[in-house]
Amino acid sequence: MSIEIRNVSKRFGDFQALADVSLDVDGGSLTALLGPSGSGKSTLLRIVAGLERADAGEIRLAGEDATVLAPQQRGVGFVFQHYAAFKHMTVRDNIAFGLEIRKRPKAEVRARVDELLDLVQLQGFGDRYPAQLSGGQRQRMALARALAPEPKVLLLDEPFGALDARVRAELRVWLRRLHEETHTTTVFVTHDQEEAMEVADSVVVMNKGRVEQVAGPRELYDAPANEFVMSFVGQANRLGDAWVRPHDLELVLEANGTTREAQVERVVHLGFEVRVELQRDDGEPLAVQLTRDQAETLELEKGQIVFVRPTRETVF
Amino acid sequence: MRRYVLRLTAVGYLVLVLLAPLAMVFWRAFSHGGGEVWSTLSDPNTVHAFQLTVEIAAIAVPLNTFFGIVCGLLIVRRRFPGAGFVNALVDLPLAISPVVVGLSLFLLYGRTGWFGNWFTNHGIQILFAFPSMVIATVFISLPFVCREVVPTLREIGDEQEQAASTLGANGWQTFKRITLPSIRWAVIYGVVLTTARCIGEYGAVAVVSGHIEGKTETATLRVEDAYQNFQQAGAYGISIVLAVMSVIVLVAMTLLKPKEEAR
Repeated sequence: MSIEIRNVSKRFGDFQALADVSLDVDGGSLTALLGPSGSGKSTLLRIVAGLERADAGEIRLAGEDATVLAPQQRGVGFVFQHYAAFKHMTVRDNIAFGLEIRKRPKAEVRARVDELLDLVQLQGFGDRYPAQLSGGQRQRMALARALAPEPKVLLLDEPFGALDARVRAELRVWLRRLHEETHTTTVFVTHDQEEAMEVADSVVVMNKGRVEQVAGPRELYDAPANEFVMSFVGQANRLGDAWVRPHDLELVLEANGTTREAQVERVVHLGFEVRVELQRDDGEPLAVQLTRDQAETLELEKGQIVFVRPTRETVF
Repeated sequence: MRRYVLRLTAVGYLVLVLLAPLAMVFWRAFSHGGGEVWSTLSDPNTVHAFQLTVEIAAIAVPLNTFFGIVCGLLIVRRRFPGAGFVNALVDLPLAISPVVVGLSLFLLYGRTGWFGNWFTNHGIQILFAFPSMVIATVFISLPFVCREVVPTLREIGDEQEQAASTLGANGWQTFKRITLPSIRWAVIYGVVLTTARCIGEYGAVAVVSGHIEGKTETATLRVEDAYQNFQQAGAYGISIVLAVMSVIVLVAMTLLKPKEEAR
């Protein structure tokens, strides 16, 4: 089911959370809303769910106007950063909630809950209370609960934000797989560009209440629409009017006509990748990314003078 | 060592302030045998007084429970201009002396009061009758449920309610299945406090009731009455029943309340 967002604006007092945002999300897609905090991404998601009301603009779900519909009439599933687990109910009752509200027959509810417990790998946890689960398990329960009534659209607000790095990585893969199985239109909010790139087919970059670019992960990195996207998605150095990615810089020990001088500040070894932090002759920092072999050949040390040359640059 | 001093001080204080007077009441009531206590307690006017106390509580407690929950939801969940004012207003009965409350009811419902004439003309007696006693008790016991519910509502936040709404629950379903179960202990505790306050109310009711024996005399008023009439053992006897009623309510709550629920 597609989502159409037309000219949506929202203010909280003096703060302009969203400024005339329009966006199309294709049915069956997996989309990330990516941006720094305060960029309006969560507000936009909550407006789609009906948890916030837009000051102006229109929301269409599956082609139908949903702008003034209450959340319970929209047929969306919503997953909160802090799980929003019903603490007084067992895992089973949490997942069954949406079905019981819809007065589905008992046998059907039981079968569907069992199916979902399987899907989110919480078999055997049905009779526990949320307080007896780990963070990752709670979030999987919340996902199962949101999926139970078979929503047209699944919305996730920083779903992995409160979890530790390992569980995060696991759940990312898992969300991706889940989407491949169910093909429910899914939109998730994140401030982590790596998460957006890894999970989503399509990434919407937001900043200061506006959409900066909508693109696939590769296009976003290779052809950023503007300076904000260039610097927010992946690392980038500024060289005069041009922007250069850390891996698009060549390091040499001898100067030639096209190079600039810089001093090594720090060398960070990250397995295969070696990150070199430099300071240019005008005092500006510069980040360079090398392979381990390249770094070993150069034998870089702190304080050493090197020369850099961009192999590829972007000018806006 | 210091810990024992602290404990001793706390326990000693409780014994001196709470237990000693209660023990004295027991002792004085039965020091000349139970005869006078029994004759006072079995007096039809005493029985009526207890009935009246229970009837008033039976109206005031549900009313203030309903009001307290609605008021708590209003203060915490709906940010409207004036929420702070409502919040402060709820505490008013705690700040005002019950006697003043009683007198203010006189100003409202008395013969020269704002509403007094209207009721008199329609043949409804408010003062010196059941209605004014209920109004006074409701006023006095109003804050307790609301005061218990407000911090709990704040603590649980509204995310669970939002989750319920995205799952298809309407306002009433969300309240019944999510909000109410989450605040149930706060409500129960508030109800217990309200009940205890209603049973023990004296000042405001004393002013508006007119102390008519067998008609507008509650149990607490009956205690005062018996005491003034030199039926001291009888007065202590009624007091004991009142105290036992409150203790039962408290114990019932302690038994109902589970061990601190795991977060």
